[in-house]
Amino acid sequence: MDSNRTGSRTMTYIEAIRDGLRTEMRRDPDVLVMGEDIGGEFGGAFKATKGLEAEFGARRVMNMPMTELAFIGAATGMGLMGLRPVIEVQFADFISTGFDSIVQYAATTHYRWRAAVPWVVRAPSDGGIRSGPFHSQNPEAWFVHTPGLKVVAPATPSDAKGLLLAAIRDNNPVIYFESKPLYRSLRGAVPQGNRATPIGRARIAREGHHVTVITYGEMVRQALLAADGLAPEVAVEVIDLRTLKPLDRDTIMASVRKTGRAVVAHAANRLAGVGAEIAADLGQTAFEYLDAPIHRVGGLDVPVPFSPPLEDAYRPGADDIVAAIRETVAY
Amino acid sequence: MTRLPDDLNVDLHYWMRLTRTMDDQLVTLWKQGRGVGTTFNQRGHEAISVGAGMALEPDDVVAPMHRDLGCYLVRGMTPRRLMANQLARATGVSRGRDANLHGCGDLSLNVIGFISHLPQSMPVALGAAMSFSYRSEPRVALTFAGDGSSCAGVFHESLNLAAVQRAPFVVIVENNQYAYSTPLRQQMAIDSLAVRATAHGVESRTVDGNDVEEVFRSVDAAVDKAREGGGPTLIEARTMRMLGHAIHDGAEYVPQELLEEWTARDPLILHEEKLTSRGLVDHEYLVRVNEKCREIVDDAVEFAESSDWPDPATVSDGVYAA
Repeated sequence: MDSNRTGSRTMTYIEAIRDGLRTEMRRDPDVLVMGEDIGGEFGGAFKATKGLEAEFGARRVMNMPMTELAFIGAATGMGLMGLRPVIEVQFADFISTGFDSIVQYAATTHYRWRAAVPWVVRAPSDGGIRSGPFHSQNPEAWFVHTPGLKVVAPATPSDAKGLLLAAIRDNNPVIYFESKPLYRSLRGAVPQGNRATPIGRARIAREGHHVTVITYGEMVRQALLAADGLAPEVAVEVIDLRTLKPLDRDTIMASVRKTGRAVVAHAANRLAGVGAEIAADLGQTAFEYLDAPIHRVGGLDVPVPFSPPLEDAYRPGADDIVAAIRETVAY
Repeated sequence: MTRLPDDLNVDLHYWMRLTRTMDDQLVTLWKQGRGVGTTFNQRGHEAISVGAGMALEPDDVVAPMHRDLGCYLVRGMTPRRLMANQLARATGVSRGRDANLHGCGDLSLNVIGFISHLPQSMPVALGAAMSFSYRSEPRVALTFAGDGSSCAGVFHESLNLAAVQRAPFVVIVENNQYAYSTPLRQQMAIDSLAVRATAHGVESRTVDGNDVEEVFRSVDAAVDKAREGGGPTLIEARTMRMLGHAIHDGAEYVPQELLEEWTARDPLILHEEKLTSRGLVDHEYLVRVNEKCREIVDDAVEFAESSDWPDPATVSDGVYAA
């Protein structure tokens, strides 16, 4: 057990994010948070930063005007000078307004002239909360496709804190996709203290031997629901990727070589999504072990629709994972 | 206007001459087929890049762009490293990772490298300035944009943020009349770029970008103001891009009369005339400086051309920081 660990506390996913921010800001005076509406009593659209200004002051909790290109670029400049800014883009959907600052400048800097850019962009992502096309997106594939970035996507309160600590301490730009539907609906034990969840290592969320479901973010919860529903008839192994870049290809490969069947699931649209890379990789590294074609579960190739019947038709859930597992197992 | 100190004026001349010599050599190399990719012409920009660079203290941070060769030189980036970068060698600033002056960042010299998406260095330099405020350090960050990139959204976002933050930040807009082939009148419906700063609550002024004394004096004042907590300044420095956008570009779209008008106001020649008329230097001195710069640039070319190419086995090295 980690020597920093002094027990754990049950908290929601968003409380774990706040705990992570507070932990790092107390530990390291170079850590600051910046973003729109994050300061003061208000504390952000989702209250992730509530109370931070009272504790750390406006110098370290910087309210930003609606200028994503400028303030993400400014975070890069702060990072070059040795600070560790944590940027909140109010919704992951709005990350596109800062795209050049992320994928062109920050992501390429270390390769080009060996200067580290240690920042984190916190991107509140995912749908299912009836928020329409511009407050529901899962744009992680854009960033997984960009050399020089790291991408993480916690599925539990424990990892929401642990991956945030790791992202802040990492010397590279990290996009941290937090899942809005988990914010207040998922509670769990969160270690107190400074223990980080290492970037690049997946977690076996449930052991099984018939089929492996590889997923991340809120879909881990859906996969566990699916696994519950199918047990004991089908023993489903669930891999929570935790990090999307760099992918933990070894853990994925080992599990699929064991089970011989794979379902890759994410809420983002399926076309050219992160799951496509995983499926293609397994087609090579586990080909001789596969007893069935690899199935992919993902959103439709349409903008995220608003009306509940439409959004439910768009967004995959536990039922879709169950159907994919059944098809894979029956092959 | 008050004169700058004599020794400073002589220094400014040296760096402008070195910039011109190196730029002329780059043109020659490319015309001889010895270049790699493209290179960006500097002629007409020497007074701005040298004057602004010289106005900074060593602890200040600068983010130059592709027409600021003089600024890189002033900051201590050696002609050898810069030439090797132009020629894509392992000994170049970016070790063959980035082209011409792109990727020429070196934090040991407090120089931040730029990307092609101008003026994307603006928010980055602003962030450096914000870090100085955060740590209460008496330092200033300065960067450059062009008339073309002053039309981009990030230019305005950055000015707005700089004003709100009251950051120790100076931006020089090098108004050289053309964004690639597009003349000013097709880029914007305003006569002065300085008004763009006014709209955001940033103090601004327009200076003659071919008068290195005026450039230095105005940047020096803006840097002092920023260091004393007076907030950001925008300086529009007017000049003319005397050659094409890059080496491949003959710039036939530029009217001949315009070039003739600006040729008569060449920033290097103007300054040499000024120094001579003030009796600070004589013809022999100018010849000697010319020869010295020639030797430095020849040495840089020899160094670059005899340097190793980057090892293809290292292609994946350095994408991530440890």
